[in-house]
Amino acid sequence: MQAAIVMFPGTNRERDMALALQRATGRKPAILWHRDTELPAGTDLVVLPGGFSYGDYLRCGAMAAQSPIMRAIHEFAGRGGHVLGVCNGFQMLVEAGLLPGALLRNASLRFLSMDCHMRVERTDTAFTGRFQRGQVFRATMAHGDGNYFADEATLDRLEGEGLVALRYATADGQVTEAANRNGSARNIAGILSPNLRVLGLMPHPENQVDPLIDGTDGLPLFAGLAEALAPA
Amino acid sequence: MKAKVTVMPKAGVLDPQGKAIGHALAGLGFAGVGEVRAGKVIELELAETDPAKARAEAEAMARKLLANTVIESFSVTLD
Repeated sequence: MQAAIVMFPGTNRERDMALALQRATGRKPAILWHRDTELPAGTDLVVLPGGFSYGDYLRCGAMAAQSPIMRAIHEFAGRGGHVLGVCNGFQMLVEAGLLPGALLRNASLRFLSMDCHMRVERTDTAFTGRFQRGQVFRATMAHGDGNYFADEATLDRLEGEGLVALRYATADGQVTEAANRNGSARNIAGILSPNLRVLGLMPHPENQVDPLIDGTDGLPLFAGLAEALAPA
Repeated sequence: MKAKVTVMPKAGVLDPQGKAIGHALAGLGFAGVGEVRAGKVIELELAETDPAKARAEAEAMARKLLANTVIESFSVTLD
């Protein structure tokens, strides 16, 4: 699998993402700049990593969503390419219209820097194929604006079409209000596009990919991608 | 021509910032404050001199970038 990570001014999680991808695939991902206008030939996965692109000016991800590389990412997604957006990358995906809804300020108004647990809601996707349905894994959240919002009709459609990939839950898999630290609608932590090839999530699975550094809870996501997107 | 774009959270969208301001005002002893909503104002200096065209331009900018119409509404005034 050839992955390409896109950097914007203010991106700060690209190295962790590159290590996670390299660990899973054995290949170094390409690193692109927001001013690039095309993706390298043979790109299987585009990753928008976390950070504070453009200083979160106007709205988180709003400026990045208008940058030159986004046109290429729109085309790539339109052709059925896989795109992963984490944290600020998820904010970019909703601002760019590649995923529905928006990410509001955390309900508590506090920046949340802590571990959370997510329950995997479906496993027949390239992102979640190495998890079991209902499996809970731990990841780190680090965001001020992760409160997922969409109108009721959109939320119902997401649920009806099974596009909620991940929900905030307790360590034993209970979807509770207490586990939903940022106040997201229906405990939504991550959502998929209708073709299941675009995933956005707020927590950082790339934090947990090394047994010596905080465990490997996030590794199945990357290993699953490597497996699903391996050359036939 | 100057255009002023006012961007506000839509009705029904949680506005924790507005809520916090409301709490702070109550704490300061300002009684009788109901709901508080916090938005932003963006001033644009436009080369366009025709008011109708300037308004249309500012509205297009608001729809494309200045407001996220999933969560925000906007209004344009011209000076």
